[in-house]
Amino acid sequence: MAVTLTEAAAARVGAFMAKRGHGLGLRLGVKTTGCSGLAYVLEYVDSLNSDDALFEEKGVRIIVDAKSLAYIDGTELDFVREGLNEGFRFNNPNVKGECGCGESFTV
Amino acid sequence: MLLQICEPGQTPEPHQRRRAVGIDLGTTNSLVATLRSGVAETLADLQGRHMLPSVVRYGLDHPLVGHEAKAGAAVDPEDTIISVKRFMGRSFDEVVARFPDAPYRFEATAHGQLALRTLSGVIHPVQVSAEILRVLAQRARDSLGGDLDGVVITVPAYFDDAQRQATKDAAELAGLKVLRLLNEPTAASVAYGLDQGEEGVIAVYDLGGGTFDISILRLSRGVLEVLATGGDSQLGGDDFDQLLASHIGRQLGLDEQRSAMLRRRLLDAACSAKEALSAAEVTTLVVADDAGREHQLSIDRATFDGLIGELVKRTLQVCRRALRDAGIGVDEVREVVMVGGSTRVPLVRSEVGKLFGRPPLTSIDPDRVVAIGAALQAEVLVGNKPDHEMLLLDVIPLSLGIETMGGLVEKIIPRNTTIPVARAQEFTTYKDGQSAMAIHVLQGERELAADCRSLARFELRNIPPLVAGAAHVRVSFQIDADGLLSVTAQEQVTGKQASVVVKPAYGLSEDEVTQMLRASGEHARSDMRLRMLIEQQVEADRVHEALMAALASDGELLSAGERQPLDRALTELMRLRHGDDADAIKRQLALVEDLSATFAARRMDDSIRKALAGRSIEGV
Repeated sequence: MAVTLTEAAAARVGAFMAKRGHGLGLRLGVKTTGCSGLAYVLEYVDSLNSDDALFEEKGVRIIVDAKSLAYIDGTELDFVREGLNEGFRFNNPNVKGECGCGESFTV
Repeated sequence: MLLQICEPGQTPEPHQRRRAVGIDLGTTNSLVATLRSGVAETLADLQGRHMLPSVVRYGLDHPLVGHEAKAGAAVDPEDTIISVKRFMGRSFDEVVARFPDAPYRFEATAHGQLALRTLSGVIHPVQVSAEILRVLAQRARDSLGGDLDGVVITVPAYFDDAQRQATKDAAELAGLKVLRLLNEPTAASVAYGLDQGEEGVIAVYDLGGGTFDISILRLSRGVLEVLATGGDSQLGGDDFDQLLASHIGRQLGLDEQRSAMLRRRLLDAACSAKEALSAAEVTTLVVADDAGREHQLSIDRATFDGLIGELVKRTLQVCRRALRDAGIGVDEVREVVMVGGSTRVPLVRSEVGKLFGRPPLTSIDPDRVVAIGAALQAEVLVGNKPDHEMLLLDVIPLSLGIETMGGLVEKIIPRNTTIPVARAQEFTTYKDGQSAMAIHVLQGERELAADCRSLARFELRNIPPLVAGAAHVRVSFQIDADGLLSVTAQEQVTGKQASVVVKPAYGLSEDEVTQMLRASGEHARSDMRLRMLIEQQVEADRVHEALMAALASDGELLSAGERQPLDRALTELMRLRHGDDADAIKRQLALVEDLSATFAARRMDDSIRKALAGRSIEGV
């Protein structure tokens, strides 16, 4: 079980973490909500929970809680630019349907 | 939808994240900034340029904004509006007087406001600013992937109500929701997180291309208040370029007056050399003369420092004056924030550091620091940081009040009061049967209305006719978070009211604010004496008028022997009233009061008797 980062995502996360100045890593996860049932969580981490799994990926420490991992296992986090817009995207092989916004999905 | 990294536990519900940006609407350049993954950064256009020149060119087609428009300044100066910020909220008369050399075709609107005639027709400064805001807002929409929920726009601390209102109008015209107008030095302090830090005094030193501003702020109980501002609207990095260009010309034996083209090349070389000298101790430059021959010169930092030393010293003098105005000692300043591209010059940094006895804050790009602070504030105001308690308030720079009898000023909101604020005071009628009251809204520190700045006048009519002092009118002053003033007068019995939102025709520059504050200090004593005199004069008139009316209707209550001294005293009172001895008037008023005591008592008895006539004692 694992999640990965693209080079672009790793570079950008590294830069943001450096600017923020503190933190243990980056949390990827899901929460139940949204128009299609589940929504992604992408957060800085200041403290770990007992059920957290840790991955080291391209110099970035990734943290995923056990429950989320079932939904996002195999995900590759990418950083993309669309014109002037920029941000992160979950390339999640488990997704069966998205609400069209990319923020919430079903598996 | 592209995701951003959130703070722990703060991932919003899907589609709930609000988009907010901060806009630094500058005189020369403008910027827009926002938070991405919790980090505030300015947004670039597709060419990677962050700064948008604050220039709009009105040709026959749609207006051009920014870099495209800037080129028009040389070929079509009349239709290329540069530095429109100087004109915001100002009247035609004022702009024409202040900027006689501006290449524009100024016109006055029906209300005396300023307009500019261009190829696209008559344009108002608000429209010009709106064009700049539109371009920045579109860049922000493209960068954030959707519509904006709100913006924070920065304005100079010395901007008055009219200039702030004009800025808000421009935002509205551009279809933006203004969360708040924020003072530029306040925004810069926020960018460094000083609003979250220890309480104390902060100095914001802002040296741009053409202007210098110093602001002294104090953080106490989470409020950043502006204690004093100062500056020089004719001093900036452009002056450094001029001095260096002249020096280069002299060294190379090139007469910069010979041609405009040579002058331009010398200035460009000077500007590049200045920038190079921020990092290097020595730099070499090449200038071509009009014949195309290239001349080379090497300049070291010490030479450059020698050239600009006097100008830098001048900014330090302004700093000292602002500290004095604020009543703050240099050693009380806890942090110094550097704003504006010219603060990259090492001499500026070292001299400012020496003056304040501490290294100034320079880690954030001084061109972007204001926009970044505005973005941080916008993020909080739009509601993306629910647990964040940043209630950043500003203060009013000059007292606000109304004119009372005798041309005196009654201050309703004293200067440096934090906004938003609402204050009310009750006033009474001065004459019997008075049915209207004129409200004259004033701004300033002086005791006399004539010495303060008139903001607005309006009338409250249909006050029920009552004896003098019986009708009560409540005058309320309200200033919203953006510093805009609305004044309401309400008669307390009938509830009749009249109000005005102040959009004064004339703006005040920071020099004028400083001037007004200084004048109030210099004239404090004579103003106070004058106020006491006028107060006594007004009181003498009131007593005289009331007594004359009473004597006319009930004069028979006094014997001739009783009446004569009272008449004499009243004549004397009127004679003294036209003199300038407040104490003499006061003494005479006391005498008149003594002499009329019997009369007043008899009138009282008489009116009670009349009221009771025909009624039995039991009925009382």
